[in-house]
Amino acid sequence: MSLWEYANPVRFIRFTDRVLPPLAVLAVVCLVVGLIWGFFFTPDDYRQGSTVKIIYLHVPATLMAINAWLMMLVASIIWIVRRHHVSALAARAAAPVGATMTVIALATGAIWGQPMWGTWWAWDPRLTSFLILFLFYLGYMALWEAIENDDTAADLTSILCLVGSVFALLSRYAVNFWNQGLHQGASLSLDKEENVADVFYFPLLVCIAGFVLLFVALVFLRTQTEIRARRTRALIARERAA
Amino acid sequence: MSLLSASALSVSRGGVPVLDGVSFTLGAGRALVLRGPNGAGKTTLLRTVAGLQPPTAGAVDGTDRVAYAGHADGLKAMLSVSENLTFWAAVFATRGIDAALDAFELRELADRPAGTLSAGQKRRLGLARLLVTGRPVWVLDEPTVSLDTASVALFAEAVRRHLGQGGAALVATHIDLGLPETDTLDVTPFRAAPRAAVQDEAFL
Amino acid sequence: MIALLLRDLRLAVRAGGGFGLGLAFFLIVVVLVPLGVGPETALLSRIAPGILWIGALLACLLSLDRIFALDREDGTLDLLATAPLPMEGIAAVKALAHWITTGLPLVLAAPVLGVLLNLPAGGFAWLFLSLLLGTPALSVIGTFGAALTVGLKRGGLLLSLLVLPLYVPTLIFGAEVARRGAEGLAVEAPLLLLAGVSLGALALLPFASAAVLRVTLR
Repeated sequence: MSLWEYANPVRFIRFTDRVLPPLAVLAVVCLVVGLIWGFFFTPDDYRQGSTVKIIYLHVPATLMAINAWLMMLVASIIWIVRRHHVSALAARAAAPVGATMTVIALATGAIWGQPMWGTWWAWDPRLTSFLILFLFYLGYMALWEAIENDDTAADLTSILCLVGSVFALLSRYAVNFWNQGLHQGASLSLDKEENVADVFYFPLLVCIAGFVLLFVALVFLRTQTEIRARRTRALIARERAA
Repeated sequence: MSLLSASALSVSRGGVPVLDGVSFTLGAGRALVLRGPNGAGKTTLLRTVAGLQPPTAGAVDGTDRVAYAGHADGLKAMLSVSENLTFWAAVFATRGIDAALDAFELRELADRPAGTLSAGQKRRLGLARLLVTGRPVWVLDEPTVSLDTASVALFAEAVRRHLGQGGAALVATHIDLGLPETDTLDVTPFRAAPRAAVQDEAFL
Repeated sequence: MIALLLRDLRLAVRAGGGFGLGLAFFLIVVVLVPLGVGPETALLSRIAPGILWIGALLACLLSLDRIFALDREDGTLDLLATAPLPMEGIAAVKALAHWITTGLPLVLAAPVLGVLLNLPAGGFAWLFLSLLLGTPALSVIGTFGAALTVGLKRGGLLLSLLVLPLYVPTLIFGAEVARRGAEGLAVEAPLLLLAGVSLGALALLPFASAAVLRVTLR
C-alpha cells in the first residue's frame, strides 16, 4: 500500500478520523507539560531574567511559521505533478495556521523585545522577514478566496506558492543585507556549540514537539473540513443537475 | 484528406460535462454546421476544437490548422481597420490584407478607427481576420450575429471561396448560409448525462 | 511577437494613459512627501533615493491590471492563444511593452524628480542605473501578478497584495544602490545583487506567467 492511497478524500477522512483524537491529546499533553515545565521549573536567565521564558512560545511558533510554508510548498508541488485534490486542500488548510503562527512569533517577539531591546518593534532582519512572510501568507489566502472554480484556484495558488517561495527566500537574504540587526543568533542549531543551556533546552524540545503535533492536528482537521465542504458543494451540484 | 477531426470528444464547461462522444471529420472543401439549442455546448465544443481548453476525454486532430472566431472579435478600438488586420497578419506570419479588405468590402473603411465602426462593420472586420490568418480550417461561433442580409451574403461568399480553395469550415449558426458541400451535426443527442463536474468526481 | 510589441506600444500612445498616468502619479508622490515630512533639505536629501524608488514602484503597480485585462475583455487573448505564438513569448512581450511604456519613462524622469528632493549630486547616476536595472524586474513580476488576477472581476486590490511582497528583493537592492551611491559608498555588492534578481526574474517568470495564462483561459 503506497502513501498515495491517502490522496483519496474518502480514505484520507477515514484515516484522519482515527488518528486525530490521539494526535490532539498528545499535542495538548506536550504543550501543557512543556509550558508548565518551562515557565515554572526552569531558572531565570542570568542576563535576561524571567523574560527568557517566552522562548517556549516564541521559538516553536517561529519554526512552525516557516515549516507551514514549506509544507504548503511540498503540497503545491504534489498537486501540480500528481493532481491529488487532498494535497491542494491541505495546502489551503495549512495557510491560515501558518499565518497564525507567524503572528504569534511576531507578537511574542515584540513582547520579548520590549524589556530586552527597549522597543516593541525594530526593523531587524529577522523581524522584517517574518513580516514579509506574513504578507506572503495573506496574498496566498486571498487568491484562494478570490477564485471560484476550485481546480483553477488550486492551480494558480500552487504556482503562486512556488514563485512566492523563491521570492520569500530572496527577501530573507535581501533583508539580511539591508540591516544587520539586533536579534540574537539562532537559539537552536545542529552545527553550533553555543546553543541554549540544557535546562532550557529540554522543555523547549517538548514545546516544539507540542507545536508540531498541534500543527499536524489542525491541518488534518482543516483539510477534513475543506474536503467535506467540497463534497457538500459537489452533492448540491449533482442534485441540481439531476 | 482530413483537415480537422474529433474522436469521442467529451467537453465540459467550468468542469461540468456538457457533451459526450462527439466525433466528426472535416475534409478539404467541406463545411460542417453545428446545430442545437442555446446552452447545448456548441461554444464549448468550438473552444475545445480550437485548443482553448482541453477536452475531458477523446482527442482533436488538427488544432494547429484552426482559425477561430468567437463571440468577441478581438479588435482594438484605437487602431484603424487596416492596422487591426495587419497586426493579425503579422501574428500569423502571413502577408497582405488586400484580399481580406475586398472580400468583406472594408476598403473604404480601411483608415477608420475600429472603435467608430457599427456593430455589423466590426463583425465584418472580425471575420476578415480569418482570411489573413492563412489557416485552412475556419471555426466560427455564431458568425452572422449583427450582420445585415447583404453582409451575410458577403460572408457566405467568402466561406464558399474558402471551401473552393481547399479550406474547410466548422460553423455554429442558426441560419442557412446556402453553402454547398455542407453537413449538419446536431449536438443535442450528444448531450452529456447530468453528472458531477470533473473536479468534483473525487469527492462523491 | 514584434508585431504584438508594436501594437501594444501604439495602443499606449493612442490611449494616452500609458505614458502620462504613471509619470503624473510619480510626480505627485514626490510632491506629497515633502509636504508630509517637512521641507528640511538635509532630511529630504537623505530619504530621496528611497522615496524615488518607492514612487517608481507604486507608479509601476498602478498600470499592471491593464496588461491583460483589456485583451481579455475584447477577446484578443483567446485569439492570441490560438495563434502560432508561444504563451511564454506573449507573456514576455507584454512585460516588455509594459516596461517601455511605464518603466522606462519613470527611469528617465527619476533624476529630474531627484532635483526636487535635493538628491546629492553623486547620487543621480546611481539612481538612474539602479532604476534602469530594477524596473524590468518590476514589470515581469507585475505581469505575473496581472496574469494571476486576469480572470477576476475585482482583481485590482488583490493584484497589489500579490505583487508587493514579490517586489521586496528588487526594492531593497535597488534602493540600496541608490542610497549608497548618494552617500558616496561602494555600490558594487547591491548593484550585482539587483542585476541578479532582475535577470533571474526576466529568465524565469515569463514561464510562470504563461502557465498561469493557460490555466485562466481554459
